[in-house]
Amino acid sequence: MEAVFSDFDEYLKAFGLTLLLFVVSGAASLVLGLFLAALRVGPVSIMRRAAALYVIMFRNTPLLMIFVFMMFAMPRLGVTFLFVEEVRIGDWNPSAFFTRASLALTLYTSAFVCEAFRSGINAVPLGQAEAARSIGLTFGQSMRLVVLPQAGRAVIPPLTSVQVALLKNTSVAAAFGMAEAAYYMRTSLNNHADQRPEIFLMIAIGYVVLVELVTLSSYALERRWKVA
Amino acid sequence: MTAQGAEPRSTVQGEALVVLDHVDKWFGELHVLRDIDLTIHRGEVVVVIGPSGSGKSTLCRAINRLETIDKGTISLDGEPLPQEGKALAALRAEVGMVFQSFNLFAHKTILENVMLGPVKVRKQDKAAAEQRAMELLARVGIEHQAQKYPAQLSGGQQQRVAIARALAMDPKVMLFDEPTSALDPEMIKEVLDVMVDLARQGMTMVVVTHEMGFARTAADRVVFMSDGAIVEENTPEEFFTNPRSERAQDFLGKILKH
Repeated sequence: MEAVFSDFDEYLKAFGLTLLLFVVSGAASLVLGLFLAALRVGPVSIMRRAAALYVIMFRNTPLLMIFVFMMFAMPRLGVTFLFVEEVRIGDWNPSAFFTRASLALTLYTSAFVCEAFRSGINAVPLGQAEAARSIGLTFGQSMRLVVLPQAGRAVIPPLTSVQVALLKNTSVAAAFGMAEAAYYMRTSLNNHADQRPEIFLMIAIGYVVLVELVTLSSYALERRWKVA
Repeated sequence: MTAQGAEPRSTVQGEALVVLDHVDKWFGELHVLRDIDLTIHRGEVVVVIGPSGSGKSTLCRAINRLETIDKGTISLDGEPLPQEGKALAALRAEVGMVFQSFNLFAHKTILENVMLGPVKVRKQDKAAAEQRAMELLARVGIEHQAQKYPAQLSGGQQQRVAIARALAMDPKVMLFDEPTSALDPEMIKEVLDVMVDLARQGMTMVVVTHEMGFARTAADRVVFMSDGAIVEENTPEEFFTNPRSERAQDFLGKILKH
């Protein structure tokens, strides 16, 4: 135990980075995933196919492969994201490395988010969209005003699972040297070989707490969106 | 195909409003609409009847392009139906639709259901839209339920709200796709009363229904469909007392004999 408590700041910093990766790629994947889902149920067939192809590409490849691609192949193609290092937000500035990691997580997770949204959209009876269209709402309006508000509640459980998976998937970034929780665990294990069970336990507790926070907020949302 | 035989009952028929010209549609192998020619005039009430699977609902839904067609043309007020996008949405705003399963927006109140189109499509201001919505709800007798949600209303009430919602757009024509088929017998009357009222006020209506009583009282013309084709069209009196085609005689024999 003392291994973790002696440098508790480092422990918190590592989980802070895990959380930051999760929040950034979680938010981005919700936006991109919702956009993809709208394309997949939309009236334009070429867009439907493009979005379906995206899902095939990114849902069917291992996350580790997407990471390898972002970290090693993209720089070879001249895409380094070095420009983000010019940006300053308070006293934090994003590294190109962080950006590539979040992007890998976002691209991968968006495919699952898209399908979660689609399951919610499919749960809304077709007649709702037909009625919306027949009073003259455009496709975008009928999604925004009629279908998605009703899909909302059905979407929360599958979307929560996807986001929980993302939170744990951030640990893949450790393999590429990002100093988040799983990376911290590895170095800590090396430095304190005598306290392995305790270190494992502390890291597990960290993840359990974070995931539980995500789950509890999803329950809260579900209660708030209970239909009248 | 023009009305065969007797003179049309209603002599005051306006110009052509909805024109279907050689319309064909297939669902895979199934030929659901066969060479449909049909002209609906301004102010006319056309009732479409026929056995299930005869294509009458498909015909109704094709008029606002909820179903696409494979051949022929459909035009509204001289304009052919647009393909997709904004132009199609604008056309649908001009065509009121009432569904068998009501399809009220489940997450919105009755009042919001009626106001949504005027506010979001017609860009009317909220106060004006609300006033008009309340007038329409009063007209269909639901003004006291304005703040409730659809699930809190009976089927008959929901269907009357659906009619008010369609009327709020000031449509040129109203389409009714089996509006009473999902209702208990005693609720059918309250919906039909609203429809008869609407017909008397000169609304152009296309009504797919099994309610022969409504066809007799309110229709200017009855269109009988079977196997995707229009078999016979006539005034209600002529059609019900003296059907020409064997298929119609058979159909009427089955439904009127008990």
